[in-house]
Amino acid sequence: MYVATKGGERAIGAAHAWLDETRRGDPSLPELTADQVQAQLGLAVDRVMAEGSCHDRGLAALAVKQSRGDLIEAAFLLRAYRTTLPRFGASVPLDTNTMAIQRRISAAYKDLPGGQVLGPTFDYTHRLLDFALAAGGHVPSGAPEAEASREPTPRVTEMLAREGLMQREAASEDEPGDLTREPLSFPADRALRLQALARGDEGFLLSLGYSTQRGYGGNHPFVGEIRMGEVAVGFTPPELGFEIDLGDITVTECQMVNQFKGSRTEPPQFTRGYGLVFGHGERKAMSMALVDRSLRAAELGEASDAPAQQQEFVLSHCDNVEATGFVEHLKLPHYVDFQSELENVRTMRASVEAAK
Amino acid sequence: MSGYNFAYLDESTKRMIRRAILKAVAIPGHQVPFGSREMPLPYGWGTGGIQVTAAVLGPADVLKVIDQGSDDTTNAVSIRAFFRRTAGVATTESTEAATIIQTRHRIPERPLREDQILVYQVPIPEPLGRLEPRIAETRRMHAMADYGLMHVKLYEDIARHGHIATSYSYPVMVNSRYLMSPSPIPAFDNPKMDQMPALQLFGAGREKRIYAVPPYTSVKSLDFDDHPFRPIRAPHACELCGSRDTYLDEVLTDDVGGRIFVCSDTDFCSERQAVKEAAE
Amino acid sequence: MNERSSKTPHPIPPPQAGEGGAHLPPPLLAGEGRGGGLAAQTPLLTARDLTLRFGRIAALDSVDIDIHPGEVVAIVGESGSGKTTLLRVLSGLMRPDAGEVSYLGQDVLGMTEAARRRLMRTEWGFVHQNPRDGLRMAVSAGGNIGERLMATGARHYGNIRDQAAHWLTRVEIDPTRMDEVPAKFSGGMQQRLQIARTLVTLPKLVFMDEPTGGLDVSVQARLLDLIRALVADLGLAVLIVTHDIAAARLLAHRMLVMRHGVVVESGLTDRVLDDPQHPYTQLLVSSVLA
Repeated sequence: MYVATKGGERAIGAAHAWLDETRRGDPSLPELTADQVQAQLGLAVDRVMAEGSCHDRGLAALAVKQSRGDLIEAAFLLRAYRTTLPRFGASVPLDTNTMAIQRRISAAYKDLPGGQVLGPTFDYTHRLLDFALAAGGHVPSGAPEAEASREPTPRVTEMLAREGLMQREAASEDEPGDLTREPLSFPADRALRLQALARGDEGFLLSLGYSTQRGYGGNHPFVGEIRMGEVAVGFTPPELGFEIDLGDITVTECQMVNQFKGSRTEPPQFTRGYGLVFGHGERKAMSMALVDRSLRAAELGEASDAPAQQQEFVLSHCDNVEATGFVEHLKLPHYVDFQSELENVRTMRASVEAAK
Repeated sequence: MSGYNFAYLDESTKRMIRRAILKAVAIPGHQVPFGSREMPLPYGWGTGGIQVTAAVLGPADVLKVIDQGSDDTTNAVSIRAFFRRTAGVATTESTEAATIIQTRHRIPERPLREDQILVYQVPIPEPLGRLEPRIAETRRMHAMADYGLMHVKLYEDIARHGHIATSYSYPVMVNSRYLMSPSPIPAFDNPKMDQMPALQLFGAGREKRIYAVPPYTSVKSLDFDDHPFRPIRAPHACELCGSRDTYLDEVLTDDVGGRIFVCSDTDFCSERQAVKEAAE
Repeated sequence: MNERSSKTPHPIPPPQAGEGGAHLPPPLLAGEGRGGGLAAQTPLLTARDLTLRFGRIAALDSVDIDIHPGEVVAIVGESGSGKTTLLRVLSGLMRPDAGEVSYLGQDVLGMTEAARRRLMRTEWGFVHQNPRDGLRMAVSAGGNIGERLMATGARHYGNIRDQAAHWLTRVEIDPTRMDEVPAKFSGGMQQRLQIARTLVTLPKLVFMDEPTGGLDVSVQARLLDLIRALVADLGLAVLIVTHDIAAARLLAHRMLVMRHGVVVESGLTDRVLDDPQHPYTQLLVSSVLA
């Protein structure tokens, strides 16, 4: 006689034990440490911090190790940890003007105050597999060192703004919204949109940004500036009443300069698309800036029918932890609903047969 | 589990969720946005139901978790283990013994009582979503009770197929006011929601919505006077307990068309089997 | 009018007292509230002193208008004259800076959005220039016509089908095409379907925005004839915006000529067209004749 399958609990336990073994891989090879991940797979760690929206390189490295290098899974681990942490308050806004620059480039000007700094970039490398790295024991040739400057490096967009050519952003003293505490509602203001994009999936934003370049909501961008380096995080504890320095974090900032024809109330000027991500995440920061500007289409009186211009579409789908959960939930059992559909299709087929 | 609060969520989060639940109960069928937290289980795998359960769970509660009607499906096992680990509450497979039942895709066959709470896991709370994807617009439609579009969909079903072709997630009207998704339960279960003595709570974690049907509230499946709602079930008897009025799963026994039908509600089925055996 | 819902991020509608929130008033019966002709009765719709500016441009400048039951009023003028803006303000889709609009004594601008939407799906109708804006292109012709009935509480599939067939016939579409989607229809048929969809609840007042605008000339003539017949049969009041003087002459009892947001001339259609007083009207009329 038929007996319903039992033993789900045991099966799960066994599956997780197998996962644990597979994660470790060949035991004759040395185990990868989280420190090694943090030091040598730094861009993976940065991406996990950005999409996990939690700046902690050690935890992000652990998540990369635990997830066997599945970076969305790693971001999920970091998010689930982050959500349990107490909130002390919001930091003062980062001042990227005072960034200790490691990389800073502008595509809009040939030269500019503060100079162009290439920094540790893949740009202009020839993408040839380096078999010397495979052999191990590789010692870097050593980069020449320049004197680090902590003089503020003026931002390109600020220089344009001083001339009246760049639209100024409206300053606000309001407490910023927190989309991890309050559900997003539409229309979402720009602060919340940027928050969602900063946590958003790099691949999704890259493709959307790319689509704007190919004509689906084009906004004529120039890279006003990309800068990457360390900035100080300031916080004003209520019990002290003055700002203290919590330490430095590495961020990448991208400011796109976009055309704007002007309207009845505003003269023609440039507008800004803005991107900021944890760590060294240039592709993400650029994509974010493109999409940020696209999402301002309606506000600037532009047509807004391209995917990248529709905020419900973009913001509801940019979160990869939400997306992966819902896509992957399709592998959970659905046989009850499927049974209803089976009966439904059988009934419809029977009525078609009967009508013949 | 050390380092975490009772039932995982901190108390202020639970209070926030309970406030959303109270509002939902006060406005039956209306979707209340809430600050859904990022849970250690994936979105789409019951995070909404888990948060609702965590918010209403007390140490004396007895929890039952089912998925597809069964206590032993893997995700039900995983969620039950989560609460055993984080809340240490008693769990059960018996519908009768449970005070809180968290479910995905089914309503138990045994009628529920006033002292029980049924918590549904909801993937997509918006019943109008397939017709109108913009949330800002569907909220307006709910506010205005502007539901003509939903009937247009049912009209189109009949025009095309001769009958309403929706077999699960079949939309309902709650308290004659709000259009509501019953979550992806089979349409067969819809009538059980009407005037149910137990409190019904619905949690959608990814979409960040909670809604509710208070005890003894009218829940009507949408239909036409001349095309009345009809619940669908496989026209067979359960191979194990012989039931002819419960929802059945189809189980393939070979690859040449062999199949049997058994109750989807495993607890109900085993109770009936026990009664049958005792009688023999 | 929709201030509340647009400014509050989470408009939580209050639960309606008791049952019946979803039950809306039944569709009007034919003949109800219809005067026919131009009898001097209370106007259906009255607007006074409507003013609206876009920056420095005056879209509406102290516009007054009355529409009586059963009366067809045309608003003519070039594009940019403010005629479409006037239609949007009168139908409550847009707020003026100043002025008032009243429908059967109800303040249209002060109405809740719920009340305005209810009007829009019962006693009012709106026919868009582009049928795509007024039809659901993925829904069958029958479903398109049935939507307003279902939105106002119709729950008998067979009756809805009968009504749909009746209205398809009225607009000269073969009722056997009821289950086809409008995408398969020609432009003229789509426009007729949009009219059927609007008329099915027997509205008292229909707003039409360049209803023949996107059609071939031969198709336009047929559509105008159809509109004229339906309006006369049903005793509809119609406010029609058009730049087509010939269409206005064929359909309208009265007309208003607009320029730069101002009504420069108004009166009985024949009088305005045969004996235009304002130089701009003279220019409009002569350019048609020329």
